[in-house]
Amino acid sequence: MKVLVAVKRVIDYNVKIRVKPDHSDVDLTNVKMAMNPFCEIAVEEAVRLKEKGVASEVVAVTVGPKAAQEQLRTALALGADRAIHVQTEAPVESLAAAKLLAKVVGEEQPQLTILGKQAIDSDNNQVGQMLAALTGRPQGTFASEVEVDGDTLKVTREIDGGLQTVALKLPAIVTTDLRLNEPRYAKLPDIMKAKKKPLDTKTPDELGVSVDSGLKRVAVEPPAERQGGVKVGSVDELVDKLKNEAKVL
Amino acid sequence: MSILVLAEHHDGQLAEATAHVVAAAQQIARDGGGDIDVLVAGEGVSAIAEAAARLDGVSRVRVADDAVYAHQLAEPLGDLLVALSGDYGHVLATASTTGKNVLPRLAALSDVSQISEIIAVESADTFKRPIYAGNAIATVHSEDALKVITVRPTAFDAVGETGGGAIEAIDNGVDNALSSFIDERLEQSDRPELGAAKVVVSGGRGMGSGENFQLLDGIADKLGAAIGASRAAVDAGFVANDMQVGQTGKIVAPELYVAVGISGAIQHLAGMKDSKVIVAINKDEEAPIFQVADYGLVADLFEALPELESKL
Repeated sequence: MKVLVAVKRVIDYNVKIRVKPDHSDVDLTNVKMAMNPFCEIAVEEAVRLKEKGVASEVVAVTVGPKAAQEQLRTALALGADRAIHVQTEAPVESLAAAKLLAKVVGEEQPQLTILGKQAIDSDNNQVGQMLAALTGRPQGTFASEVEVDGDTLKVTREIDGGLQTVALKLPAIVTTDLRLNEPRYAKLPDIMKAKKKPLDTKTPDELGVSVDSGLKRVAVEPPAERQGGVKVGSVDELVDKLKNEAKVL
Repeated sequence: MSILVLAEHHDGQLAEATAHVVAAAQQIARDGGGDIDVLVAGEGVSAIAEAAARLDGVSRVRVADDAVYAHQLAEPLGDLLVALSGDYGHVLATASTTGKNVLPRLAALSDVSQISEIIAVESADTFKRPIYAGNAIATVHSEDALKVITVRPTAFDAVGETGGGAIEAIDNGVDNALSSFIDERLEQSDRPELGAAKVVVSGGRGMGSGENFQLLDGIADKLGAAIGASRAAVDAGFVANDMQVGQTGKIVAPELYVAVGISGAIQHLAGMKDSKVIVAINKDEEAPIFQVADYGLVADLFEALPELESKL
């Protein structure tokens, strides 16, 4: 079966976030960018399905600026067979991303589509669910285990307080959570080979999707700074402060 | 236009988070007007509906009692919300794994954006929400006719339980041929739920092993605390991911947060920095956690924890 895996270019998770002085956005100039960590887990899962012989082809897709090609090449180096770049320099909100991906799903007809549960920039946690709704496919969100069984997909989901397992009728949409797998690193020979793998570019116009959104960002501010407190010298002093000063014991 | 709040419930009980979401709905109603309805969807949920009707500010509880909603599967619950949403200008849910699972379906099927995990209501159409793991706060304005919103419960104080809303059954069973429930394995614990606990004691990579997390048990017992962990401790395999406090785990804001052997990575701070009082115990005096801690103790946790337990 064919597996489609969506990836997003985001700020590297080790980079300290700085808000622009005019409070219009986060400053992304000259900042290290990388594949969203949850998308790395998605790529890893797709590649493992191929290694197990369950998946016959892995197609990576991204929606984003020209530079996002870098993340597609990473996905190819990790084991994807080919890539699709829906290229736009405009900011793309979750709904538009889901509509664009729905078009790609319509063209490619994958049995399984895997996405990260959320991107670490906008922290929306929406696209996979929206894609499932738009394509009429069932969803297995926050997956910690995925098992293909004939035309059924068994997905174990990380829910508040524990785990839930559901059966989905394929074709289906899955979003990844942390415990699904531990992504590998790309090896140098694979990075070289990835440069020759096919990468197809499309635009939102070609797909007939407008990236306009009903949601406008009015301001972006740094969070309120928390003031550091005092160091205490002993456990006794700590207990005393908590009892008599903070009054939380 | 009225406001619909999707009730969160577990094991036949209304989750406390719902009272926090109703508080957010009240703030929206203060600016934009409209009644607040609560939707209780599930199987055998009459007690939950009665609890929801007692929440202050709730005019009406709409009850969809049907086996198809028993496990809160996203596909039927999404369809139910779509069927009801025509009556509303706002639909709100907790930013729980249930709310996050279902609400984007309503938004997509209604062709509107979703506003995730709001922490403040500026007006009926403008909200604040954290982005970049809480390292920036975005103010967003929605021009959509239907506002689909998940709410971070800890950012709103719960409403009281002195109300008397009406309870109405809705006859709206939907079909679900796409997904089915197999099983659920919930952690059995006598401790309070991490997201709702008044006191949280968390361990980090400094704990050294999963066994050493037992050092936190006695303290948690004495404080009536939930036990959490940093992502580093989860990634190291010490404890299960559902104990994770942080941007990629649970967001908590207890009265007292005790961070033990946690360095204070950005992503962890995003999950606990709104706690009222923060205590950090770490042997590295340069650890960033001390920059947010009200009380810092530079000490070897293997000595400090038994002493702390004995003195509480």
